[in-house]
Amino acid sequence: MSPKDPERLVLDPIACTGHGLCAELFPEQIALDDWGYPILDPETVPPALREHALRAVKACPTLALRLERARAAARARS
Amino acid sequence: MSARLLAGLSGRDPLSLERHVELHGPPPSLERERLLRELEAAGLRGRGGAGFPSAVKAHNLGRRRPVLVVNGAESEPMGMKDRVLLTRTPHLVLDGAQAAAHALAVREIVLVAPQGSLPLVAAALRERRALGRAPAEVELRAAAPGYVAGEESALLAHLEGRPAKPRVKPPLPVERGLQGRPTLVHNAETLAHLALIARYGAAWFRERGTQEQPGTTLVTVAGAVQAPGVYEIDLGTPLARVLETAGGPLEELRALLVGGYFGAWLDASDAHVQLADIALRPLGATVGAGIVFALGATACGVAETARLARWMAGESAGQCGPCANGLPALADLLERQATGRAVQGDADRLQRWLWMVQRRGACHHPDGTARMIASATRVFAQELSDHARRGPCRACSVQALRLPRAGAAKAA
Repeated sequence: MSPKDPERLVLDPIACTGHGLCAELFPEQIALDDWGYPILDPETVPPALREHALRAVKACPTLALRLERARAAARARS
Repeated sequence: MSARLLAGLSGRDPLSLERHVELHGPPPSLERERLLRELEAAGLRGRGGAGFPSAVKAHNLGRRRPVLVVNGAESEPMGMKDRVLLTRTPHLVLDGAQAAAHALAVREIVLVAPQGSLPLVAAALRERRALGRAPAEVELRAAAPGYVAGEESALLAHLEGRPAKPRVKPPLPVERGLQGRPTLVHNAETLAHLALIARYGAAWFRERGTQEQPGTTLVTVAGAVQAPGVYEIDLGTPLARVLETAGGPLEELRALLVGGYFGAWLDASDAHVQLADIALRPLGATVGAGIVFALGATACGVAETARLARWMAGESAGQCGPCANGLPALADLLERQATGRAVQGDADRLQRWLWMVQRRGACHHPDGTARMIASATRVFAQELSDHARRGPCRACSVQALRLPRAGAAKAA
């Protein structure tokens, strides 16, 4: 995968236990709901913010968050 | 109009294999391409609730040899259609499974149904073996209790001996299903239709129903009607006529719950609308699992919605935060509104949470629950604000919806 392929954040809602670190590290595309669980921006991650997105992915204690190429991510949602 | 799926049924006895063959002829055995072509031309859509095109499911398999799972779990508490099919005309479902198995080179079929339905299916299999008409190996398994246990990935988890909870998709079961093998999961009624399409063809199938949703469908009519039960209805039939088929309303109706517990409330004045997704979608509903519940004017839509929301919250698998937290929060809020204890901001909070829980679970349980509640806020808007201000009404204690004990298995 070249870093130029548009990427999108994808969450495994079962693995996620709502630590909320991701929203702290990447508030540009991750907000928390009223119960502390992340709501992801459905837009692709702008290349300039990719480092921040990766930091959020790596910080997740339950490995629930990942970056996927947009096409695969769209399939995951359907 | 004559019955298709329920043809030849009278009294309470199941249709014998002899009588079944007299009616429909021997089980069809089309080759792969031919069956897929007929299914596609017929436009058959799954009858389990999601309405996914059956031909697409088979296409997604590619050339791999799948396991076939017949889903007769019917975890929708009001639903009776798959139970009726499996206990009264089991050979039609088995024909469908057999036809699919033949075309797709299936060696192993697993049929899942409520415990009480299994003895009659087992008897039907014995009849077929006696006549040398047994399909590939058919394993019978009792469904797990719980509302989400009928969801296909939860069903497969149960078959693998794990708790019957949905998992994250992809991979879809056609890619990685039972024990990692490609798995085709079809609802029992879907396979019964497949059996008839394989016999009589796509053009015959399309003689009934609508252009977008061809064929007949089994509908469980429940609530305030003379003769609640399972009826075979042409898709596209006006809801009012569906109610007439079940003997008509017992009293003046206030609303209809269409699709199932994950469905949507419609105002009784919308009963002219057709039972078809294209007509129901503008009202927020779909045909879903083929359930039409009639709420009489002597019951209370607000109280019923609050009870149903609480029940749906209790049926969450508890795996995903937005569902495990959001559904109980919504149920609390609806109970406050229903009993005149609403607090400042509850009306806005309700809308916010309905939006917040949607499309954020591994399965569609939170989406369906939010849809049902959202429809109630439209249909029962006046009653909701009356209850929020004045507290419970006299009809609040009626309890028209049948809500089983949380996690209870269906008896039959």
